[in-house]
Amino acid sequence: MTDVSPARPGGAMVEFDGVGLRYGPDAEILSDISFNLQPGSFYFLTGASGAGKTSLLKMLYLAQRPSRGIVRLFGEDLVAMPRHRLPGFRRRIGVVFQDFRLIPHLSARDNIALPLRIAGVSEEDLSGPVGEMLSWIGLGDRADARPATLSGGEQQRVAIARAVIARPQLLVADEPTGNVDPEMAMRLLGLFEALNRLGTTVVVATHDIHLISRIENAQMMRLERGRLSDPTGALRYPPANRA
Amino acid sequence: MIIPRVPVQHRRLLPDRRLSGPTPWVIAILMMLTLLAAAAGVGLARSANAIGAAIAGRVTVQIVTANPVTRAEQAAALRRAAAAQPFVLSARSVEPEELQATLGQWFGAAEGDDPVLKSLPLPALVDIDFVGEDRTGPMRQLQALVAREAPGARIIPHAEWLGPVARLIRSLAWIAGGMVLLMTLASAAVVIMTARAALATHFPTIEMLHMIGATDRQITRLFQRRIAIDTAYGIALGTVVAAAILLLIGWQWSGVTAGLAATASFGPAGWALLLALPLLAIALAALTARQTLLAALKKIL
Repeated sequence: MTDVSPARPGGAMVEFDGVGLRYGPDAEILSDISFNLQPGSFYFLTGASGAGKTSLLKMLYLAQRPSRGIVRLFGEDLVAMPRHRLPGFRRRIGVVFQDFRLIPHLSARDNIALPLRIAGVSEEDLSGPVGEMLSWIGLGDRADARPATLSGGEQQRVAIARAVIARPQLLVADEPTGNVDPEMAMRLLGLFEALNRLGTTVVVATHDIHLISRIENAQMMRLERGRLSDPTGALRYPPANRA
Repeated sequence: MIIPRVPVQHRRLLPDRRLSGPTPWVIAILMMLTLLAAAAGVGLARSANAIGAAIAGRVTVQIVTANPVTRAEQAAALRRAAAAQPFVLSARSVEPEELQATLGQWFGAAEGDDPVLKSLPLPALVDIDFVGEDRTGPMRQLQALVAREAPGARIIPHAEWLGPVARLIRSLAWIAGGMVLLMTLASAAVVIMTARAALATHFPTIEMLHMIGATDRQITRLFQRRIAIDTAYGIALGTVVAAAILLLIGWQWSGVTAGLAATASFGPAGWALLLALPLLAIALAALTARQTLLAALKKIL
C-alpha cells in the first residue's frame, strides 16, 4: 500500500477542503474533511459502520452538499454551483451501491443503457456499446433478464456496467461487495481494477480488509467518527491550501 | 406542450399502469359535474337575461268590468288608443281562448274547454310594450290613457311579479358558476395529489435518474406525460357522460314550451364554453402536474 501522494497544484480531480456535514441542528457527522484525489488513482475509503463513509461518498457523487467547506470537482466549486448545472457533472461520475439499485421492471440491457439514453444517445449508437458491456461483464446471454431473475453477483455486474457505460471520469462504489460472496467480490474488484487501468479514478468504500490488500497501488483513507485519520502514520492528505 | 413528447425508450422507465388507480375515474366524475353545472349556469343565465329583456318594458292592463260586453269594448278601445301612442312599441289584446288555455293547464284541462273554467269571469288583458328603457314617463301617460278608455282597470308591470323570479334565476346561475370554479379547484387538487403520489411511488427510480445525470425537465416530462394522458382519459369519459345527460335533458326539455322553460337555452357562446371546458381542463391538469413535479424535484438535490 503506497501513501497518498501530495496534490499537484491544479492537478487534483477532487478537492475537499475543511468540509463538514451535519443534518439539521445535530452535531456534525463529518468534520474537517480535507483530501485530494488524483486522476487515474484507486482509493479505498475505510471505517467502521457509522463512521460517515456513505455521507462522504454522497458528497462525492453530488447527492449531498456540505454544510461547510469547499468541494471542487473537475476544477469547479460545487458548493455554490446552481442546481441546473449539476446533471452535467453527474454524467461524469459513475456510482455503484451495495444494494445494486437496478430499476426492477427494466431488463439488464435497458438498465445498462439508461445513462446513455439520458444523455441523449440514439438507439443506433448505443446498441454497440451496450452489447460490448454485456459481454464484458459476462451477461451477453442474459440481456433481456429482469433483475429479479439475476443473482446478486449478476445484478452487481449489471450495476457496475451501468455505472461505467458512459465512461465516467470518477467511479464511486459504496460497499459494492457487501451483498455478494467472496469469490464474486474478487471478480468485481477485478472489474474495478480494469477500469482504473483504463484511466478511471476509483473510490471504493469498504470495511473488508481482504479487498484492500488486493490492489497493489491503491491508496487508503480511513474515517473514524466523522474525521479522516491516518492509522499507519504514512497517509498524507494535504488540504487544498497546503502544498 | 400539454402532453410532452417523451422518447419511447424513456417511457419504459415508468411501469405501464394507464387507467389504474382512482385518478381517471375521479377526474371523470368531476368533469361530468363541472359540465353539468356549467350547462345549468349558462341556461339559467340566458333564461334570466331573456326574462329581464321581456319584462323590462312590458305591462299588462287588467280590465275587470263586470259586464263582459263592456269589458271587451274597453279592451279593444284601449288597445287601439295605446297602439297609436308614440311611447308604445306594441299593444296586444290577450284573446279569451288564449287565457283559458293558459289557465286550463292549472285546472287540468289543457285545451281550456273545461265548463267550470269557461264559466269563470275572466278579466280582459291588454299587453303593452313601451319604447325605450325609461318607464316613468310612459307609465304616467298610460295611466291617463287607461283612466280615459277603461276606468277602474289595473296596470300590472311585469317586473313586479317576474322580477324576483329573474333575480332568483340569476342567483342560481351565479351559484352554478361558483360550483364550476370549486370543481375546477378540486380537479387541480386531485392532479396535485396524483403527481405527489407518483413521485413518492417512483422515488427510487427518480433518485437513480438524478444520479446518472437526468435533468429535472427530463423527469418532469416523463411524469407529466403519464398524468396528462390519464387525466385526458378521465376528462373524455366525464365529457361523454355529461353530453349524454345533456342530450337526454334537452330532448325532454324540448317538449316543455310554456313560460320560463322556453327561455332556457345555450346559444352559440354557451355551446362554445361547454366545448372549450374539457380542453381547458386538460391544459390545466398538465400545467398543474408540471408545476407540482418541478416544485417537488427542487427539494431533491
